[in-house]
Amino acid sequence: MIATIAARELRSLFLSPLAWSILAVTLFIFAYLFLSQLEAYVNLQPRLAALNGAPGVADIVVAPLFADAAVVLLLITPLVTMRVLSEERRNRTLSLLFSAPVSMTEIVVGKYLGVVCFFLILLGLLALMPLSLLAGTELDLGKLAAGMLGLMLVIAAFAAIGVYMSSLTEQPTVAAVMTFGLLLLLWIIDWAGNSRMEDSSTLAYLSMLRHYEPLLKGLFSSADVAYYLLVIALFTGLSIRRLDATRLQP
Amino acid sequence: MSNTALVHVEHLTRYYSLTCAVNDVSFDLARGDVLGFLGPNGAGKSSTMQMISGNLAPSAGQICIAGVDLLDQPKRAKQSIGYLPEQPPVYRELTVDEYLHYCARLNRIPRSRIGAAVAAAKDRCGLGDVGRRLIGNLSKGYQQRAGIAQAIIHNPAVVILDEPTVGLDPIQIREIRALICELGNEHGIILSTHILPEVQATCNRVQIIHHGKLVFADSTRGMEQRMNPTSLLAVFKHAPDMDSLRQIAGVDIAERLTDGRIRVHYSDTDPAAALVEQSVSHRWGLHELTPERRTLEQIFIELTCSETPVSEDAA
Repeated sequence: MIATIAARELRSLFLSPLAWSILAVTLFIFAYLFLSQLEAYVNLQPRLAALNGAPGVADIVVAPLFADAAVVLLLITPLVTMRVLSEERRNRTLSLLFSAPVSMTEIVVGKYLGVVCFFLILLGLLALMPLSLLAGTELDLGKLAAGMLGLMLVIAAFAAIGVYMSSLTEQPTVAAVMTFGLLLLLWIIDWAGNSRMEDSSTLAYLSMLRHYEPLLKGLFSSADVAYYLLVIALFTGLSIRRLDATRLQP
Repeated sequence: MSNTALVHVEHLTRYYSLTCAVNDVSFDLARGDVLGFLGPNGAGKSSTMQMISGNLAPSAGQICIAGVDLLDQPKRAKQSIGYLPEQPPVYRELTVDEYLHYCARLNRIPRSRIGAAVAAAKDRCGLGDVGRRLIGNLSKGYQQRAGIAQAIIHNPAVVILDEPTVGLDPIQIREIRALICELGNEHGIILSTHILPEVQATCNRVQIIHHGKLVFADSTRGMEQRMNPTSLLAVFKHAPDMDSLRQIAGVDIAERLTDGRIRVHYSDTDPAAALVEQSVSHRWGLHELTPERRTLEQIFIELTCSETPVSEDAA
């Protein structure tokens, strides 16, 4: 049942020009970032060759590319998730799901997975760029895998927050604005800690960026992964509760 | 399942903050019933139907669908429900076929039977020609049909239709009514409308809801008995006992109404003249005699335009 809802969600995304334009625009930007990083690497290469244990392609091309990709996705996610639940509410199609023998959990998880599938397609296309380097050079696949995992977790957390915001309102644009606000806040929340050195560990811990950077360096820490899984579980749970509350209304 | 009611609603109550939208509504629906739900705007029709279909949680009360409690086991109970809300819940970006396939999957129809179920639903709702068109491009009538097809695709025991003929042309309305009558043979149907002739055309039971309360519940036949045989309303200064009224030629039933008036039912001969004669000779002091020909509309207006506020005291 979850798969049915997820499949329809994904299908509806691709039936509108939105998904295609998002894929086109983001891939264009990713490609530009990738090529500029690659050029930087080519310029640095003579000097790097002289060094012992110099950073490789994965460090100089892939890590910055993925770091920038996360920021681009932060801007893109609200556009994809904004209509997931709010539009159903607005078009009164939610009652189709409510009167069918499916639970709220199945509805929310199905919708969420549909959105995540869309982003996985986007990430798959992004991954092809660094993988194309394999044709001409060696690539630290472990680092690439850690970076991919990090980016997947980041985007899955983004999507969970976006779906929750979409469950709050009937207006897709309002959902988009709120999603964008919360994502940006979670991304930069550790800046406050940076200025005053003392007592910033909590804010730093909340920051999504802080948990993403180690993965980009190829450092897999279960604490970082757990952070993202917690964010996903928290916001999915909140969405389920929120959807259940529509039946209760004041 | 034959002996349990398809829908059993008990003391259903729903508050929107302090306003009481549905107030202590109880009724049963059996297989083969087509129940017409009447009421003015904002009477609580839609709220009641939303609650029975699981779209709205009741503030109090119990709902059983085919013997399964909707609130305790929503998934099991919802398998027996097909619901068409006021606005057909269609996805404009899908074609009719895609949409009905999705609905079939949502209602857990086994993969092997989906094709047949979609074809049957399309056939019943006259959607055969538009299967491959986008729902968003269809007219309101066809969207409505798609909505009805969605509600009956899994052959549910209970079909709940909220104003199913709104926005349809007269020919489509007739088709939909015929469809409802046909469905009524094997399903239980709850139908809300504010088109009164529709009730007479399709339903075998009528309920009128007003200010959230059920104010009238009868079979259509019982209702027609109230409408067709004309009756007299009489007001006496010294009201006679009912027996002496029944003695008058032509009088079938005489009943005393709560407000002191007396209603005299007759079928063949108009007893008005005899009544006046008797009144004079027995000094009953007749000072008002009104012939009554009640229509459903009158019943409806009488019940819903009463000045007694019902909902205000709930707050």
